[in-house]
Amino acid sequence: MSDVLNKVVDIVCGQLSVDKADVNPESSFVEDLGADSLDTVELVMAFEEEFDVEIPDDEAEKITTIQSAVEWIESNS
Amino acid sequence: MESKSVLITGGSRGIGKQLVSAFLDEGHKVIATCRDKSKSQFQKHKNLTVENLDISSTESVNSLKKLVEDMNISILVNNAGITKDNLFLRMSDEDWEEVINTNLNGVFRVTRLVIKNMVKQRWGRVINISSISGIMGNSGQTNYSASKAGLDGFTRSLAKELGSRNITVNSVAPGFVETDMTEGIIAEDIIDKIPLKRVGKPSDISPIVLFLASGEANYITGQTLVVDGGLFMK
Repeated sequence: MSDVLNKVVDIVCGQLSVDKADVNPESSFVEDLGADSLDTVELVMAFEEEFDVEIPDDEAEKITTIQSAVEWIESNS
Repeated sequence: MESKSVLITGGSRGIGKQLVSAFLDEGHKVIATCRDKSKSQFQKHKNLTVENLDISSTESVNSLKKLVEDMNISILVNNAGITKDNLFLRMSDEDWEEVINTNLNGVFRVTRLVIKNMVKQRWGRVINISSISGIMGNSGQTNYSASKAGLDGFTRSLAKELGSRNITVNSVAPGFVETDMTEGIIAEDIIDKIPLKRVGKPSDISPIVLFLASGEANYITGQTLVVDGGLFMK
C-alpha cells in the first residue's frame, strides 16, 4: 500500500469507526461506510491537515471514495 | 459539571458582565471580550482572560483564533450586541448596517471560530443572547428586531446541523433588563404590562444561560428561551 493510501484509510476508518478490513479503495464514504454530511466535511478537513493541502469546495465534492481522495492528494502535493 | 472553557463576547458590561461572573463562580475558565479592555473594568481572577474583540470586524475576530483553539473553547455565549434605535422613516444606512453587521454577522464570525473544534470534540454549547424585540417587535427597533429574529433562525438551523455531534445551540431572549442598553427606554407603562411588575436584572438572565451550558440541558436545542417577566406570551 502506498503511504498516502495508508494514511487516507487510517483517517477514514478513524472518522467513520469502521475496520480496515471492511474498506477497499472503491468504498464510498456515504453509500458504503455510513458517513453523514458532517462526516464528509470532517474527512476533507482531516485530509487537508494530514497532507498540508487546501481542497477547494468544488473539488471536495468529488472526493467521495478512498480512491478519489488518494488520487486528488497525490496529484496535488 | 467539570470545568470547561467558555468564550463570552461583550463581557465588560450589562448581561455579559454578569455572565462572566457566573461562569467563573461555577469554576469554568473564561475568555471575556470587549471592544476596548483599557476602558473597561474586569475583576481579577485566575481563570479569566480578557481580550479586545470587535465582532463587527472579520480581522478582529480572526485574530482570536489561536487563543480560542489553545484554550479548547467548548462553550460560546454570543452576547455582544448593539442598538441604534430610530423610527424607520429616519433610519440611516449606517443605523441599519451597523446593527445587522454586529448583532447578526458578528455572531456568524465568532461562532465560526469555535465550531470546528466543537465538532471534533463532539461536544459544544452555543448560547445566543437574543431579545423579545425579535419575537414581538418594538417600535424604533426595525434593525435590532431584524438582527435578533435572524439570530433565532440561525440558532434553529445550526442546532439541526450540529445535533449529531452533541452540540446544542439555543437562544435566550431577555425582555427589558436594566443595563446601559435599556437606559432611558424603560417607560412606566412597560412595567404595567409585565406580569411580574418589574424590569429584569442581569442576574435574572445568567442562571438560564448557565443551565443551557450545563449537563442538565442536554436535550434542549434549537430553542429560544424567553426570560421577560411574562411580557410576551405566544
